[in-house]
Amino acid sequence: MTEVIATNETILVVGGGISGMTAALEAAETGKQVVLVEKRPYVGGRVTQLFKYFPKLCFPTCGLEINQRRAKMNPNLNIITMAEVTDIKGEAGNYTATVKISPRYINENCTACGDCAKAVETEFDDEFNYNIGKRKGAYLPHRMAHPQRYVLDPAIIGTDDAQKAKEACKVNAVDLDMQEETIEFKAGAVIWATGWKPYDANKIQPYGYDRIANVITSVEFERMADPNGPTGGKLQRPSDGKEVKSVAFIQCAGSRDKNHLLHCSRICCMASLKQATYPADDVDISIYYIDIRAIDRFEDFYQTVKAKENVKFIKSKVASIVENKENGNPTLHGVDTEGYKRYADEHDLVVLAVGMEPSVDKESFPVEIVINEEGFIEPAPENGGVFAAGCSSDALDVNRAVQHATGAALRAIQVVNRVAATEG
Amino acid sequence: MSDLNTAMIEKYRSNFLKEVEANVEEGEWVKMCMQCGVCSGSCPLGKHWDHPPQEIFMMIRANKRDEVLGTDSMWMCTSCYNCIARCPRGLPITHIMHGLAVYSKRLGLTQKKQPTAEFSQIFWDNLMKKGRVNELKLGLSMYFKDGFGQGVKNAMANQKLGQNMMKAKRMNPMEFFGGHSVKDLSGFQSMVKKAQEIEEGNLKEAK
Repeated sequence: MTEVIATNETILVVGGGISGMTAALEAAETGKQVVLVEKRPYVGGRVTQLFKYFPKLCFPTCGLEINQRRAKMNPNLNIITMAEVTDIKGEAGNYTATVKISPRYINENCTACGDCAKAVETEFDDEFNYNIGKRKGAYLPHRMAHPQRYVLDPAIIGTDDAQKAKEACKVNAVDLDMQEETIEFKAGAVIWATGWKPYDANKIQPYGYDRIANVITSVEFERMADPNGPTGGKLQRPSDGKEVKSVAFIQCAGSRDKNHLLHCSRICCMASLKQATYPADDVDISIYYIDIRAIDRFEDFYQTVKAKENVKFIKSKVASIVENKENGNPTLHGVDTEGYKRYADEHDLVVLAVGMEPSVDKESFPVEIVINEEGFIEPAPENGGVFAAGCSSDALDVNRAVQHATGAALRAIQVVNRVAATEG
Repeated sequence: MSDLNTAMIEKYRSNFLKEVEANVEEGEWVKMCMQCGVCSGSCPLGKHWDHPPQEIFMMIRANKRDEVLGTDSMWMCTSCYNCIARCPRGLPITHIMHGLAVYSKRLGLTQKKQPTAEFSQIFWDNLMKKGRVNELKLGLSMYFKDGFGQGVKNAMANQKLGQNMMKAKRMNPMEFFGGHSVKDLSGFQSMVKKAQEIEEGNLKEAK
C-alpha cells in the first residue's frame, strides 16, 4: 500500500513534466511538503523525448539530470508515478485528492540491470519514441528514467513472459501480485501541470499523415534525430529506410486554423528552425510557412538558419500532399505567396510541425476550473487554490513553461502559508 | 464604362478595399485574409485563374481596382467550396468570388465573351420568362449564342445526347412552344422587380 502523509499545508502537483517538476522542486526547496503525481512511470515528461533545445542546441538531458538530482536529494518531495488524479474536492486550504495508482509490477528492489527485459519476448510499440520501433514487455522507458526502475507492461501479466521476468530477476523485484490502488490525501493548494500533447495529424486530412508513409510529425522527427532514438540518429524514410536527401517542413500544421487549433502554438517555428540544423549540410531543406514567429532573441537563430545554404524558405501554407506512387515521395501542392506561383514540389520526407494542444480535454478535468476557448486553464479567481503551471495554461516553450511554473509555485506557497497562519 | 462605375470611382477614389467592403457580398471579409495560400492551392481549377483568390484579396488591399474588376478570374469559380472548407480564417471565399463577379458585371466591367458570364445571363433571361428554367430553350440558347452556323454544328455534335434525354423523359420537346411556368407568373415578376429596385437603391445610396 502506498502511504502518503499529507496535510492542509501540503502542495499537490499534478503532472511531473518540466513544469510540474519545476513547481514541485521550487516549493519543496522552500521547505513545503509536496506530493507530485505523474501518469507516466517516470518524471520529465515530453522534455525527455527531445533531442536538443532551441536556441542553444544544448541537450535537455543536462537540465533533466539537475532536476532529477534535486528531486532525489529533497526529503520534502514525494513523487508518485503511474498515478492519476481522479477527483479533487474542497476549497483553497482544504482539498481532498483521490489518486489512482496503476501497478508497476516492479518494486523498489529493482537495480535496473535489465535481466527481466532480456528474458521477456513480447514486444510492443514504443510510446517513448512515438511508436517508431518496439520495446519489450519489461522495459526501462528511457535511459535516464527517474525513478530508475523497470516496468512490466500490464498486457504480459498472466502470460509466460511475466513468469520469465520473475524468474530472471536476481533481486526479487518482480511482484506479479501488485494491484491497482486508490488513495486519498489532503492538500492545501494544487498546481495543475498536465502539459500538452501533439495535435493529432490524422485530423489534417489534406496532408495525408494517415496514408503517406513519408509524411511524419515533428515529434517523430525529433526522436529520429536522437542518437539514442529508434533509428540511432539516422534520418531515414519510414517507407523504405532510404537516407533522406531532401526534407520539407510544413508550419502551422493544425495551428492558427479555425478547423483545428485556434491558437498559435508558439514553439513550432523555432522547433522547425532547430530541426533544420539536424541533417547534414548536403541535405536540402524547405520550410513552408505563413510567417516565421521567432520572437525576441530567437530572431538571431532564425537569421543563422536563414543564412545556411541548404535551407530554403517558401512563404506558403501547403494546400495538399499527394504521394508519388513510383518512389514514395510526397508531392506538395500550393501557391507561393511571393509571386503567386503554383508549385508541385517533391521531397524525400515531409515533417508536419504539429501544434500543441492541452493534454487534458475540457470535459475531463476532475476539479472545478475555468477553461478558455482553446482548452487551456485561465488564471481565474474561481479556481480557488488550483493554479495552472506551464503548458496547461498556454502553448509555451520550455523556458517560458519553467518561468510560469515558478510563478505557480509561489501562488501555491501563499495559500499554504495562509493555512499555516490560521492553524498556528 | 457605365455611369455607376464613374460614380463609384469618384466616391471611393483611392480606397478600393472600402468600396469592396460596402458593395460586394461578403466583402467585409477581405481584410481578414492572412495570405497563407491554402485557397489558391486547393482550387481544382486554379491553373486557369490569372489571379488566384489569395492574390485577388491582396490586389484589393493594394488598390488595384481596374485589374481586379477587369479580370475574369472570379468567373472561374465553380463553387466546389474546397477553399471555404480549408480556409484557416473561415473566409467565405466562394461567396466573395461570386460577389466580385456580380459587382464587376453591374459596373459593366466584365470581359466580353466571358463564357461563365454569358451562360449566367442566358440562364437568368431564361428563368425570368416563366419563373422556371426551360431546359430545352436554355440548351438551344447556348448552342446558338455564337451564331446560326456554329449553333447547328453544336446541335449536331450533341444530337445523340439530346435524343437519349428525350427518350429518358429528361427533356420534353413540347417545351419549345411556350414551356411550363410558375403558378403566379406576374406575381413572380413583380417580386423580382421589387428585389432589383431594392438592390439598385442600395447601390445608389452607396454613391
